[in-house]
Amino acid sequence: MQSSRYDAWVGLFVLIGGAALLFLALKAGNLLSLNFDATYQVSARFDNIGGLKPNAAVKSAGVVVGRVESINFDDKTFQAKVLINLYKATQFPKDSSAKILTSGLLGEQYIGLEPGADEKNLAGGDVIKQTQSAVVLENLIGQFINSKASDLGSAPAQPAASGSKP
Amino acid sequence: MAPFLPLRLRPACVNQLATAPLIELRNISVGYGDRVILDGVNLKLQRGKVLALIGTSGGGKTTVLRLLGRQLRPLSGQVLFDGQDLAPLNLDALYTVRRRMGMLFQFGALFTDLSVFENVAFPLREHTDLPEAMIRDLVLMKLNAVGLRGARDLLPSEISGGMARRVALARAIALDPDLVLYDEPFAGLDPISLGVAARLIRDLNDALGLTSIIVSHDLHETFEIADEVAMVANGRVVAQGTPDELRHSDDPLVRQFVGAEADGPVRFHQPARPVAEDFGVTR
Amino acid sequence: MMSFAAHVGLGVRRLLADWGASARLFGALLAASPRALMRFVLVREQLFYLGNRSLLIIGVSGLFVGSVLALQGDYALQRYGSREAVGLLTALSLVRELGPVVTALLFAGRAGTSLTAEIGLMKAGEQLTAMEMMAVDPVQRVLAPRFWGGLIAMPLLAAVFSAVGIMGGWLVDVPLLGIDPGAFWSQMQGGVDVFKDVGNGVIKSLVFGVTVTFVALLQGYACRPTPEGVSAATTRTVVLSSLAVLALDFMLTAMMFSI
Repeated sequence: MQSSRYDAWVGLFVLIGGAALLFLALKAGNLLSLNFDATYQVSARFDNIGGLKPNAAVKSAGVVVGRVESINFDDKTFQAKVLINLYKATQFPKDSSAKILTSGLLGEQYIGLEPGADEKNLAGGDVIKQTQSAVVLENLIGQFINSKASDLGSAPAQPAASGSKP
Repeated sequence: MAPFLPLRLRPACVNQLATAPLIELRNISVGYGDRVILDGVNLKLQRGKVLALIGTSGGGKTTVLRLLGRQLRPLSGQVLFDGQDLAPLNLDALYTVRRRMGMLFQFGALFTDLSVFENVAFPLREHTDLPEAMIRDLVLMKLNAVGLRGARDLLPSEISGGMARRVALARAIALDPDLVLYDEPFAGLDPISLGVAARLIRDLNDALGLTSIIVSHDLHETFEIADEVAMVANGRVVAQGTPDELRHSDDPLVRQFVGAEADGPVRFHQPARPVAEDFGVTR
Repeated sequence: MMSFAAHVGLGVRRLLADWGASARLFGALLAASPRALMRFVLVREQLFYLGNRSLLIIGVSGLFVGSVLALQGDYALQRYGSREAVGLLTALSLVRELGPVVTALLFAGRAGTSLTAEIGLMKAGEQLTAMEMMAVDPVQRVLAPRFWGGLIAMPLLAAVFSAVGIMGGWLVDVPLLGIDPGAFWSQMQGGVDVFKDVGNGVIKSLVFGVTVTFVALLQGYACRPTPEGVSAATTRTVVLSSLAVLALDFMLTAMMFSI
């Protein structure tokens, strides 16, 4: 191959560009903390997944222990069926519970796993039985209004009750 | 003229044995849209000859060169190079034919980012696998033939117009073509460079067994070195023959052209309104 | 005198013919690429002219853009008490958007115009015709190496822009504004995904590289071979490639970041 007098400079340019890309990937990005470990798959059913998306984190005690693989609708039980890939290095008891939580006030939703007390651990294909759905804002507001209304409703009932006592 | 090394020693008589013309234009019509540039043009050129194409500006001389290289396609008629019709050739076959031609453009058309040496080496590098040492020798020989071996490392921006044209000539003959086309090789040259260029064209043609076609307005120099002259005007070949025949022609257009007369078949005055109207002359 | 309808019709036909010719040139470029890439020394030379020579303007611009992002970001995030997230803000803005887009715009202005002018002048000086007459395909010898040079240089330049920008942001935030360096980097690493953000940014810069380089080559190759023609062509290169980059950015962003 013919050589050009600019070869060294071009090599330098490619080196600088490559270094910049590496910098972005490692220092600015999360390449170092990416997990390529083997996983095992479990599933969980929720009444309402709220804003949970595929590839959302699955955390226990705040540490990422897996990722959401897919979310589907089960039209026999009318619940959302969520497939979770858990890292093989982390083992959980069979009666662990899964909750859909929000990171921060308005942040992304993730699944929080709380360990149970069973001696046997979850294996691939198992189902997490205990689940808590996401908090839906409208339901929360509805609950709040109802509880306030019942508070107001029970207060006047008391004088009437005492009044009826001769 | 200083002697130079001929690359091919071909006795002149061998060229005359080939009776088929090297190039032939048969009934060529060429034009764009409504404009017809050439109509029913017939031209033949034998090997080893130098043909001069003269004529009015925009008359179609450069068009003939473009047809030969198939940079332009005729509306009708055939262009033949060495007996082969150029029209049906695919790109690869066309490139094979073009490798047997060299073309010298009006101002040299040297590659401005390459040195003189690199310019002449360009066709050798692109079309051959010759080792560097051989390419060097060939390039220096070509440059020597045009007298510019000492300018090998200069850039086109550092040499004069005349020198640039000589370098372009060296580049045009780099692959030892059969045909060399010259587009206005003498335009804008000083008298010395003019003489040098004309001598080079003739001597190279004879020494290398080339065939040359020169498009030029410089009648004096061109007539000195040409074997045949063809005058193209009004879309046709109006005169063809040896330089002497044209000098003594009876055709008024040829006489006006060769004699450089101001008025004749080519009128001096552009058609306009009568003088009286424009200058308000009443008598 | 043509009627208005005839004018419009002629204009549309000419536009379609232009687009057709451009598509044919693009096809010719791709067809000539394998042979052009085999003579890699030509591509390397172009990489020098397009890449190395642009490093300075890209680096300096990146530094300033990153610093400005950091300043503005700090000012805005103060109201929400999230000053530490300014590193994340700077990095995401650069890597996803500003790196590829601003680099493409600067590249169009610097390298694109020089490509157009060079090709246009070669055309005006009959160098391209001379090459054709010497049985050398100018698309393969002249255009294709420049195309690949631009294509390879763009993502590298965009990466340099973003990297220098982040460093500029760091310089403004940590020494100047007193933000905690640990929080700066950890927030950034937590929020910048290597495949979704950095990877998509690289894809964008590749697309922009193809666009800007091709527009520059096309304008030079198709321009009128006169001084006015070349000058008009260089202007058109900057305008067309800038608009194309911005439009493509919108489409790519919609496709990539809408999930």
